[in-house]
Amino acid sequence: MTKVKRYFKDNLGIIAALAVMILFLYIFPRTHSTFLTKTNIFNVLRQSSTNLMLACGMTMVIILGGIDLSVGSIIAMSGVLGAAAVVWHGMPEIVGILIAVLSGVIFGLLNGLVIAKTQIPPFIVTLASMNIAKGIAYVYSGGKPIRCMTDAWKFLGAGNVAGVPTPVITMTVVFIVAVLFLNRTRIGRHIYAVGGNDTAAKFSGIDTAKVKFVVFSFSGLMAGLAGITIASRLYSGTCTSGDGAEMDAIAAVVVGGTSMSGGSGKLGGTLIGVLIIGILNNGLNLMGVNSDWQYIIKGAVILLAVYTDFLRNRKKGA
Amino acid sequence: MSNFLLEMKNISKSFPGVKALQGVNFQLLPGEIHALLGENGAGKSTLIKVLGGIYIAEEGEIYIDGKQVAINSVNAARENGISIIHQELVQVPHMTVAENIFLGREYMGKFGVDTRRMIAESQKMLDRFDLGIDAASEIYDLSIAQQQMVEIVKAISFNCRILVMDEPTSSISDREVEQLFEIMRNLAKQGVGIIYISHKMSELNEVCDRVTVLRDGTYVGTRVVADTPREDLIAMMVGRELDQYYTRDHVKNTPVFFKAEHIDDGKKHHKRVNDVTFEVRQGEIVGFAGLVGAGRSETMQCIFGLTRGSKGTVTLDGKKLNIRNAVDAMKYGISLVPENRKVEGLYHVQSVAFNSTIEVLHEFIRNLMVNSKREHEITQEFIDKMNTKTPSHEQAVTNLSGGNQQKVMIGRWLATNPKILILDEPTRGVDVGAKAEIYEIMNELTKQGVSIIMISSELPEIINMADRVYVMCDGRITGCIDYEDVSQEAIMHLATLESADSARDNTAH
Repeated sequence: MTKVKRYFKDNLGIIAALAVMILFLYIFPRTHSTFLTKTNIFNVLRQSSTNLMLACGMTMVIILGGIDLSVGSIIAMSGVLGAAAVVWHGMPEIVGILIAVLSGVIFGLLNGLVIAKTQIPPFIVTLASMNIAKGIAYVYSGGKPIRCMTDAWKFLGAGNVAGVPTPVITMTVVFIVAVLFLNRTRIGRHIYAVGGNDTAAKFSGIDTAKVKFVVFSFSGLMAGLAGITIASRLYSGTCTSGDGAEMDAIAAVVVGGTSMSGGSGKLGGTLIGVLIIGILNNGLNLMGVNSDWQYIIKGAVILLAVYTDFLRNRKKGA
Repeated sequence: MSNFLLEMKNISKSFPGVKALQGVNFQLLPGEIHALLGENGAGKSTLIKVLGGIYIAEEGEIYIDGKQVAINSVNAARENGISIIHQELVQVPHMTVAENIFLGREYMGKFGVDTRRMIAESQKMLDRFDLGIDAASEIYDLSIAQQQMVEIVKAISFNCRILVMDEPTSSISDREVEQLFEIMRNLAKQGVGIIYISHKMSELNEVCDRVTVLRDGTYVGTRVVADTPREDLIAMMVGRELDQYYTRDHVKNTPVFFKAEHIDDGKKHHKRVNDVTFEVRQGEIVGFAGLVGAGRSETMQCIFGLTRGSKGTVTLDGKKLNIRNAVDAMKYGISLVPENRKVEGLYHVQSVAFNSTIEVLHEFIRNLMVNSKREHEITQEFIDKMNTKTPSHEQAVTNLSGGNQQKVMIGRWLATNPKILILDEPTRGVDVGAKAEIYEIMNELTKQGVSIIMISSELPEIINMADRVYVMCDGRITGCIDYEDVSQEAIMHLATLESADSARDNTAH
């Protein structure tokens, strides 16, 4: 009980923001009838699912004091590789899916390896791998979508289990695993320690290289999973999918109260951050706002959400 | 009678929940070096920030030359001739000395910034104090002490008349301290009033004329340094008589427990540890003295498995150890509390509990279960043992005072049940009350069979606490002195021996 209370207290600012948004969409005449229907709720969740996957990895990366810019491109690459395996090489769907996920993991491993073993900042390393992954997607697909329409392929992104969209189930499982990993393992604590003070972590006997390696690999895994989910939802592996996805994930993490300077943050906040961005997208669409304007509104909302949180924390800190 | 250069009257300032200053008075004469003394949290830095225009006091007046002034911004302070040299130096590392001195008011020539003129002017100012610093060199390449000198020169270039120095000697060597004091005396002679904040009592007699003591945000009193015994000042700061500052029951000739032989950092260039051999006896406190950069911390880091490629053998209780990393070292019962708790020790944004238990997570995190009860038991155990003052386990460690932060740090490594505890500068930036407590705890630990290796640059601490003192110079051990024979002179002699060959003859054992 106290844990639930504490969760609400810690995330009061963004929970309030979320509540205001929901309330607004509920009373706004144009969205009143559609917004809170089961179809639309599942819609929001389905659209948010891949962002939550990415954001789970990104939360850990940012707590670690890093950033992972490559996840958006990994989505494109893994989707293309998975679809190509099935369509061009006649492999069963499950193998295609595994290849897609594995390609994400491999990129994450490489990111982690370079970041752990060298002094090159994560921003630069993942900027490089972002381009490489994107390049692989284009080179391999020749720039065209690889269409794959089988039911087995569609299941992961567009299917349902007992009426619940598959990606919503995937995201729930992923989120629970991430929470357990970050809060209930020693390495989870070590992530906070390395992000809070890298040198101190070394003096504490923490294998900082291993921690970085694991976290970036996890982020890669999440990107691979998101990639195959999107490719499945779009019935194709496309080299333009996932464009800018890393920014949505970063936005969700930051709105969720994780500090960009590392060392602090919670997945619970990230969850709300993801929902805020998901509902914002959905609400603006329902309201019929022109997609060009959506960018501007989204930017303003992100800034506002982070700023209110900043004000609240400053008051608490002084 | 208002020949005061600066007079602060009845200053009060509060933050949510805390009265940081309550009716504090402070008077500074021209040409005086005036120490501001008090434990951490006594309100020294708040008072200085009020003077510097960073905080605005709710009550009170500030007079300069007898005229009331309003200092409501950093610029207002500067216009009134006030300069503050903060403890953490605020310089741009990749700019030259000249560019730093003239930052924000660069000379402009026909073709943009007139670099040549800035360097020439800066050089003139630097040479006035005979500093031997090149105005064209980058800040990055200077030592901490030299950076401090540059800050002083910068302050003077603003025609400052009131100079505040916040713990300027906390990270520079004795020789450099002497040079700094020389400059301070010089400035005072020219009529500048200097406010000097330091935790090192020994420095007061050397350089200060008067001292004002604060405690818990209130004004305790002002004294002439030369007429006031140190004990009185400590009593004023702590608010009670400290019956004993150093607590040590010396031990002698107990069995040898720990041996480090031929420790070497394995580096070809910039070698800091060169064939170091020493031993520690059961229940001993072994001091390591030497100048900054003598290789003491580096030696301990080699032993603790933090230096890749280091060589040498380490024996504990007759068994040869194979330490490849810090985890191995802790497994064998060796703990190292690092020197610079801000950089090497604390997880600042995290709680006291997080900081206390990061070494012993295996005791309460297992199989995806966190035993919070056990976590808090451990935290509480070491809060009690170290007598740490914290409002709660959840308090962010950065909000504690320096002394309490240090106690959290020592407690963290005590939680690993060490047999050998290496303390690197255990009382740096710690106020006197907490210092005395830390000494007492060290003494208590040795009685329980822990052996302590203490690196310290504070000679009084080494002299009073250590049973034996190893002195290092330039990466080598130049001698070892028993507590009966130890003196400041003996240590300084060994610490400044240039050649290691002559050192062998000087070894007391």
